[in-house]
Amino acid sequence: MSVLVYIEADNNAVKKSSLEALTYAAKMSAGDVTALVTDKAEGLEDLGKYGVKTVLQVSDDKLSTRPVSAIASAIAAAAQKVGANAVVMSRSSTVDAAAPRVGVKLKATVASNVVALPQTDNGFVVRRGVYTGKAFADTKLEGEIKILTIAKNAIGVEETGSGAATVEAFSPEYGAKDFAVKVTDVKKQEGDILLPEADLVVSAGRGLKGPENWDMIENLAKTLGAATACSKPVSDMDWRPHHEHVGQTGIKVAPSLYIAVGISGAIQHLAGVNSSKTIVVINKDEEAPFFKSADYGVVGDAFDVVPKLQAALEKAGI
Amino acid sequence: MNILVCICHVPDTTTKIKFNGTELDKNGVQFIIGPYDDYALARAVELKDASGGKLTVLNVGEADTEPTIRKALAIGADNAVRINAHPKDAYFVAEQIAAYAKDKNFDMILMGREASDYNGGQVHGMVAEMLDMPCVAPCMTLEVNGNVAKMGREIEGGKEYVECEMPFVAGCQEPIAEWKIPNMRGIMMARKKPLEVIEPTTESAPTEVVNYELPAERGNVKMIDADNLDELVRLLKEEAKVL
Ligand SMILES: Cc1cc2nc3c(=O)[nH]c(=O)nc-3n(C[C@H](O)[C@H](O)[C@H](O)COP(=O)(O)OP(=O)(O)OC[C@H]3O[C@@H](n4cnc5c(N)ncnc54)[C@H](O)[C@@H]3O)c2cc1C
Repeated sequence: MSVLVYIEADNNAVKKSSLEALTYAAKMSAGDVTALVTDKAEGLEDLGKYGVKTVLQVSDDKLSTRPVSAIASAIAAAAQKVGANAVVMSRSSTVDAAAPRVGVKLKATVASNVVALPQTDNGFVVRRGVYTGKAFADTKLEGEIKILTIAKNAIGVEETGSGAATVEAFSPEYGAKDFAVKVTDVKKQEGDILLPEADLVVSAGRGLKGPENWDMIENLAKTLGAATACSKPVSDMDWRPHHEHVGQTGIKVAPSLYIAVGISGAIQHLAGVNSSKTIVVINKDEEAPFFKSADYGVVGDAFDVVPKLQAALEKAGI
Repeated sequence: MNILVCICHVPDTTTKIKFNGTELDKNGVQFIIGPYDDYALARAVELKDASGGKLTVLNVGEADTEPTIRKALAIGADNAVRINAHPKDAYFVAEQIAAYAKDKNFDMILMGREASDYNGGQVHGMVAEMLDMPCVAPCMTLEVNGNVAKMGREIEGGKEYVECEMPFVAGCQEPIAEWKIPNMRGIMMARKKPLEVIEPTTESAPTEVVNYELPAERGNVKMIDADNLDELVRLLKEEAKVL
């Protein structure tokens, strides 16, 4: 099976989530993996370690802002070039927007938010997260070509190959309207660990009383090398920026460790975080519903517990 | 302005999900307009109120979705269309929407960034590709100036500002507008507004759910004394192995 993987890079380095997509592709294809890169990236030969034979590299400044339609055209063209039976990519703001367009272009069947490798003993069945993390749907996909977007942290990264990949220049043709959406400005928080990519997340809710109390949350996050997140009312009240809001209507995260401070654990909040591997809840109310969905719980006032946790981490050399 | 808003009919966000085989167990489940679609609808009502025009709401669904469609009419849509079919999957739904919209000269087609049941997030992109239109998702702000729409879109760790000409498709999310709650007058008026029912163009869908499963329950929470956080750190390192 020939599989194309669309790779994203930030600051010249391939994103961890893209390495997950490669791991997935290598396992499902038994070795026939081509990667497509449209971002500036270094060391692409090293993708051989993840089972990639050939990297198709598009070097075109017009793609630097990842215009969705043009990226979709590039992915479809690359899939056609290599005769891909499947296109695998990790979920991101670009992939989520481009995948359905690629699906229509290639007359392919799209499955989004895939959390496990396909079962192929009776057709082609993938498991997807649905009902905002409250259920999984094993979904049978018809059609010659499958497009799969992989949920973050569902697969993990594994080196499955050896040797160096061959890097080839690739110039896809674009559609007449591929640049119809013009990016006029980008406002990004630089330097911080980005929440959707983070492996550790420290999150806080209305229990923190006000934005001035987030220093201790940021300190804890810094100590752990974690991203910060918050509940919906916190971003609604502008205590924290919108892109930190996790849950059903916010960002869905699946880190190794999610620490929730002063968050009640409403079902809509849980919906966005319950795929986390380990959940720690700190709440002064021992009846807080979040404790039912936690692995470790501490009953206590955040203003007392968080600094103590900070000290305990420092004592342990973290 | 001629606006189409597509809405889905989904279980209320507080619903505990259960299944009967490959069907959702609808017993005791309250259905609502998809929360993200509700944001799209609210912004469409604002745009129509500001500059006039017509606002059509569309749902691909069987007769049981009509109360949800009436609610959208009560919030401010002028007329409604129901494409009479079980919404089998994203491609099927997109095909119905595109077939309906292709000769109606909509200036914009708005919907939620994803449905809160299947979370596919595919319909807006598919409709746009089928109609050869630009698409912006997830769209958090939307302003219209003449023939140009300016939108803010969520990206990793921030926001991207874009513009494009009409017509376009957008998959919306908060904080694009405040949700609107229907008032008594809106509810009375909604009863008289037209709700057209049309048949789907096809019955086939490329995907089929063969099994649902609920995630494993988390094991019993281990409580740790607030005065013994060294123990929490030890457990995170040695037991959970996440530090
Ligand atoms: C359609 C819909 C979608 C929604 N989507 C989301 C979503 O995506 N994400 C989301 O988060 N919410 C969402 N919500 C809102 C959700 O229902 C809850 O209202 C919200 O999660 C509550 O946030 P919170 O826990 O921070 O605040 P609260 O419910 O006010 O809880 C605060 C908690 O802090 C504790 N506390 C107070 N003081 C302290 C202290 N000093 N130390 C320790 N603990 C303390 C309290 O015991 C309490 O448990 C949605 C709601 C709806 C209707």
